[in-house]
Amino acid sequence: MNNLLVVSHSPHISGRESIRSIMRDVVIALIPSLIAGILVFGYRAGVVTVLSVLACVFFEWAWEKLLRKKSTIGDLSAVVTGMLLAFNLPVTIPLWIVVIGALFSIVIVKQFFGGLGHNFMNPALAGRAFLLASWSLAMTTWVAPGMSVPFWNTADVVTSATPLAAYADGGNLPSYLNLFLGYTGGCIGETSALAILIGAAYLLCRKVIKLRVPVIYIATVALGAWIFGGKDGFFTGDALYQIMAGGLMLGAFFMATDYTTTPYTPKGQVIFALGCGIITVLIRFWGGYPEGCSYSILLMNVATPLIDKLTQPKRYGETRTAKREAKVKAKKEEREKADKRKNADKISAEKRNKKNVGSVKKNRR
Amino acid sequence: MLKTFHGGVHPNDMKASTADKAIVELDPPKELVFPVTQHIGAPAVPCVNVGDRVYMGQKIADAGGYVSACIHSSVSGTVKAIEKRMNPNGLFVDSIVIENDGLDEIDPDIQGHGDFKKLSAKEIIEIIKAAGLVGLGGATFPVHVKLSPPPEAKIDYVIVNAAECEPYLTSDYRTMLEVPDDIINGLKVIMHIFGLKTGYIGIEDNKPEAVKIMTEAAAKQKDVQIQVITLKTKYPQGGEKQLINAITGRKVGPGQLPWQVGAIVSNADTCRSIYRAVRSGMPLLTRIVTTGGDCVKSPGNFRVRIGTPLGYIIEQTGGLTDEPGKVVMGGPMMGLAVPNLDVPMVKGTSGLLVFNKKSARGFEEGPCLRCAKCVYVCPMNLLPNKLDSAARADDWDTLEKLNITDCIECGSCAYVCPAKRRQVQQIKVAKVKMREAQQKAK
Repeated sequence: MNNLLVVSHSPHISGRESIRSIMRDVVIALIPSLIAGILVFGYRAGVVTVLSVLACVFFEWAWEKLLRKKSTIGDLSAVVTGMLLAFNLPVTIPLWIVVIGALFSIVIVKQFFGGLGHNFMNPALAGRAFLLASWSLAMTTWVAPGMSVPFWNTADVVTSATPLAAYADGGNLPSYLNLFLGYTGGCIGETSALAILIGAAYLLCRKVIKLRVPVIYIATVALGAWIFGGKDGFFTGDALYQIMAGGLMLGAFFMATDYTTTPYTPKGQVIFALGCGIITVLIRFWGGYPEGCSYSILLMNVATPLIDKLTQPKRYGETRTAKREAKVKAKKEEREKADKRKNADKISAEKRNKKNVGSVKKNRR
Repeated sequence: MLKTFHGGVHPNDMKASTADKAIVELDPPKELVFPVTQHIGAPAVPCVNVGDRVYMGQKIADAGGYVSACIHSSVSGTVKAIEKRMNPNGLFVDSIVIENDGLDEIDPDIQGHGDFKKLSAKEIIEIIKAAGLVGLGGATFPVHVKLSPPPEAKIDYVIVNAAECEPYLTSDYRTMLEVPDDIINGLKVIMHIFGLKTGYIGIEDNKPEAVKIMTEAAAKQKDVQIQVITLKTKYPQGGEKQLINAITGRKVGPGQLPWQVGAIVSNADTCRSIYRAVRSGMPLLTRIVTTGGDCVKSPGNFRVRIGTPLGYIIEQTGGLTDEPGKVVMGGPMMGLAVPNLDVPMVKGTSGLLVFNKKSARGFEEGPCLRCAKCVYVCPMNLLPNKLDSAARADDWDTLEKLNITDCIECGSCAYVCPAKRRQVQQIKVAKVKMREAQQKAK
């Protein structure tokens, strides 16, 4: 039996990339933001992140164990979800809320729909939205950077405004440099534009993400902020401030580029990015929240199947006339099919009637 | 900017180990096997009987129809049997087994046809048909059919496909280096058939030596103009539709054949065989095979008689370093994995790759991430991810809407897939199933 040859279909060679290598690259790309988070908010940021990752991996393992499925924790996707979820939480978040967020992200958003590749929303963002709706006070307790945060009684800290809230309410604005470095209030992983850009550059080098979605998304928000974001009328908004503040950078490079929940056609990705940008602008300047990034991505996630359907690629070498002819032909065929079906129905109905008549006759005899 | 097409992948070309190996003639074995299906189209019909003595170059099977090709004995000897033998694709088909007497007595009826310029197009096509020529790039489409488009066709591009985009393979490359004039003369024969004065040769830019030599050979031509076009190195640059697109800018649309956009494409080795058939009347008896893979001791390029068992080729060229796990006939991207080493090499065998047990194991499939890498690389603008899932669900209507028939099975999607899904396999199986379902419906 040892001499049997493997007979498999071509291709007989395969690229180097695997699911695991992609996820590992994303984890590596997220590490600069984690370091920035710990430097700005203290060691508790690291504790929250580690807890979130552990909880996500545990829930993935436990759920698959429960369903007697093969464990997929080795593909590292749960680690990515855990990191992204933590990065979307304030450093003061009570630890039990982190665990609930991980449970929601992994079990309800990801595993209920079939696991990796089948979830219709970004698990980390959906987890954040769920936590924000359920424990909105804990989710919006922001501290100023560099302040010591007590480990347990986090509710008593002196709160401060996030850059976006300050912008909306006319408070004290942080400098551009502080915004860029991340020395402002906000979620653990979102404040430092620099750290996110370092991670994004790594992903681009490794060809894990393409620039298309992040650039269009950020450009749309910048344009919208410049036109509509100013206090003194149109075209006075501070575009640079708006793109560096809040979760836009993190969202654009790490969540709007998520494979599973974004369109797969290049045209669809453009529509997706534009939609994200427009919704973010709408929420930031006309909505009740100062921040609209996560909801914009979630809303466009839900629209993704529709976008995919509407942006099917053009058939290779098909001219317009050929396309029209093919359409006419397809319609004709469909009509013929329908006619056939009708006829078949008619015939079978007649047969049935005949049979019935026959059986009635038999009965009479 | 180098000419190319949209999509495609960049596998490691692995050509370094054989690119410098000159073509070596391989002695024929004691016994040769000629399956009747070595080409696309109807199987050939044996025209010799068991016990007959045959010459080298004698026809042993007639073409089984218009789209078919005849088969010739590549050695002299006796017909030992006509029986079912295993074909490289694993099926048992009628095969003519010939015992080699080692004399290589050439059929006395074979004679040259002199200057091709004095022959009419019809005569040349008859010669090609009688020589049993098929496309040697791997598709094995009968050449005489390809060269006889309907009268309304207006051919203005005759292209030699010397892209050789499959990794490992260097047989066309070596042919270009060693006999560039034969390829050019073959191209001139085809140009003569269509009354053209210009011809094109497409070569990928990872073979600068071949580009140089072919350009020099082309420059010597006085009566015709032959352009050597350097193409970007990208798989599947040597796909017929991709090559036409790169060189002419035209696209062969759905259901169309190359002549419908005015192009005829022929592989480099095919051109050489065309010229040989016209000049000396010699039918297709040998072809060049590149051996390679991580299991082959001394990879190289060999001129092998058609009908030689694969195991014999490996034995004669140095043997293996390790136990074989997978044997591939052709290139690694589109080649056929053969069930054992006793199957014979056929007209379409451009390469013989042997991989060890470890590389043969393959990968486990993961779930589709929807990462869209397959969509980016598909040279035919298809959605391999959707085709894959629809094929697994036997959803014929969706498959048809996704234009499954456009797929050229180049394997770029499966190559690039991080989840290691086998899209091409699913698509191919679905195509067969759909055809069966349609036949049943009729």
